[in-house]
Amino acid sequence: MQPAQLTAASFTAYPPEAREAAASEIELLKRLPLAFLPLLLREVVALDSKFPVERQELNHQFAYLRGMTDSELRRTMSPFESLRLSPELERVDWVNSPADFSEQLTAHLWATHQIDTFRNAAVQYVSQLNASNKVEPLAVPRLTIVIAGQGVTATNIPLFRKLRPQGVRFTHVNPDKGNEAILALVARRATAHPLPFAHWYVDGGVPQPVACPELACLSYAEIEGVRTSLLASMESIMRSGVGPEALRTRLARVRPVDLGIQSTGRAAILDQFKIGVLTEGSGTQVYSTTFVQWSAREILRRAQPLTLVARYAPRLQEQTIQQMIAGGHPKPVLDAEGALRDADMGAYYTWINQQRLSNSENSRFLVWFEGHSEAVAVAPSLKGGTMQGSTVTMAELLEQLEA
Amino acid sequence: MATGATAAATLFGGSKMSAFAPPRGRKAVVVTFGGGARDEETFMPEGQENIPLLLKELIPRSTFFTQVVNKGILGHYVATASVATGVYETFNNFAAVPPDNPTVFEYFRRDLKRPASDAWVVAPSNGFFRIGESGNRSYGQGLGAGVILPKRLLSAALSQSGHDQFEHLLRDNYETPLYTPQLTGHEVELRQMEDILKLSVSDFTTHASSLASADELSVYIARQLMRRLAPSLLWVTLHDIDIAHAGAFSLYVDAIRRSDKLVAELWRAIETDPEYAGKTNLFILPDFGRDSDTEPGGNGFQHHRTGDALSRTTWMMVLGPGVPENVVIDRPVEPTDLVPTLGALLGFDARMCHGKALTEVL
Repeated sequence: MQPAQLTAASFTAYPPEAREAAASEIELLKRLPLAFLPLLLREVVALDSKFPVERQELNHQFAYLRGMTDSELRRTMSPFESLRLSPELERVDWVNSPADFSEQLTAHLWATHQIDTFRNAAVQYVSQLNASNKVEPLAVPRLTIVIAGQGVTATNIPLFRKLRPQGVRFTHVNPDKGNEAILALVARRATAHPLPFAHWYVDGGVPQPVACPELACLSYAEIEGVRTSLLASMESIMRSGVGPEALRTRLARVRPVDLGIQSTGRAAILDQFKIGVLTEGSGTQVYSTTFVQWSAREILRRAQPLTLVARYAPRLQEQTIQQMIAGGHPKPVLDAEGALRDADMGAYYTWINQQRLSNSENSRFLVWFEGHSEAVAVAPSLKGGTMQGSTVTMAELLEQLEA
Repeated sequence: MATGATAAATLFGGSKMSAFAPPRGRKAVVVTFGGGARDEETFMPEGQENIPLLLKELIPRSTFFTQVVNKGILGHYVATASVATGVYETFNNFAAVPPDNPTVFEYFRRDLKRPASDAWVVAPSNGFFRIGESGNRSYGQGLGAGVILPKRLLSAALSQSGHDQFEHLLRDNYETPLYTPQLTGHEVELRQMEDILKLSVSDFTTHASSLASADELSVYIARQLMRRLAPSLLWVTLHDIDIAHAGAFSLYVDAIRRSDKLVAELWRAIETDPEYAGKTNLFILPDFGRDSDTEPGGNGFQHHRTGDALSRTTWMMVLGPGVPENVVIDRPVEPTDLVPTLGALLGFDARMCHGKALTEVL
């Protein structure tokens, strides 16, 4: 099937909002090349479970493309149009399974040495699209806090080396009631700016109590049942003899209801996000540190929140062959120091992901070694690559960060 | 040497490689860091703490290529197969299929009339089972290398001793940790272990139980091969580093440190084994890199999916007789250049490969 053959009836299997959006943009969709359109439809088909910012971005993308003359659209799409596709790709049901098409397109582009051409075309397109989007000021500067090292009593690891050049290194933070101060600040921000999905708390273990209905929360402890069920399902799929691509395809189709989760409205969107973290993130099902890092990445990329707290916890220890042979079915052993090293890199990635968002020049970032005196704070008012050795409480540090 | 070779080729009118007269008994060992290691965690200043032995012991003895650019598919099996054929292969990375083009082992064995016992591959996962021999009609069946999959051997040995519950723990690969291409013939492999490696199942299992990782097991098997058969062409693919796909940075770095130790151990073995000392060249190269921290389409060290420069660019170290020591080569080369270089060193013609011999080490 070619894009020009699309009709409104092509989208009858889409969820309600996605169906309506696709039908209303049908004339535009028919003019897009096959190497591009399914990638856009991949976003459209998920519209019903998207965050507010993502909906705005999709609307903007439609408006951007719709606003072009025929020649402008042809010029913009020409790098995608020039890609050589296979007849097999054209036979894929790309309307109803755009993710399958995307998988197969990727494999085809690698195999035919066109991946670099595609990558350059995509980078150029996204750059132009972003440039056309007017940046709105945020209600409050974005703030991300990473809490690392739970369970580590002492370490010789030189922490936060990649972040130190970006901000102030605090070496004498009084750790008493540090978590409480951080979560109190988050709750204040969420209450003051009660936008949907604008404030998040992710925990790699059992979450700290925080009474704030505006806060979107997810934790490794909370999803334990879903995670176990999903892992069992993945093993069962693989044992049936299908390959990894088929596994990915089937995972992409997993819905909360398939895992026994019944929710509606805002809760359904959050549940869909949680399932996405487990089905799309490699290693999120196995290591709590990967779960926190990937969740933070996806929250920043998709929800573009005003506030995010990501707290790491000890992760499962990797078993040696020796342990495998000796131990039968050993009890899981946790590795707190390994998790601290993971979190150190994870914090750096979280900062990078925050800096990719609009208004990044005004955003704030804190990483803190939980229960200890080491932290790095990044903010416009804090000079990069400097150190502060005087004792501060967490509340005072947060005040400096927000100033 | 190059001048002499050219003259000889002209004299006999054959292909340029066929007239080489390499020293009798010349051997080569190739170690690939399957899993891809980034410069940032290896040779860049902040990564050097992870590779103390490569830096202090091996680099001073080597010619070091700083830019090995992989222009092929960045999947471990297909990329390693491309290194072994000298052609960028395009098959499905997750399928247990033979490479389309002749492998270095086939060129080596056919041109030099070497027996099957003279070329071996020690590889990490079932997916690599077919890497020893291509599907090419002119070469292929009966001309390839023997392939040993140590994790699979361990799995078979454990099954025999009633430990079959561990099979699922011997993860086949990390990119798709639940996927294991199914192979048959455990019994044959166990007999092979006893006949070829002169290693009983119980000795093997006992030794394995003292090891930390699959790569340690691979190097143990490689050393057994060196002791028992002394193959002239030995290819070892390490793979612990690929745990990076699980997203835990500390495990990725630990695997790099382990690879550093294991490669140094192999070099020491080469230097002290009379069958290898003074006549063996060692080639060490990651199959490719991993995504950069700043590439929006990726997630830093975790994967190698974006095709960005960092994921394509890595390094290669060459040591041994005839190779200039403590030399750094900055010109870009490709991993497909390895096979013709081996051809020039060992005296076979990799006639269908696309790479070019690295003259700096010839």
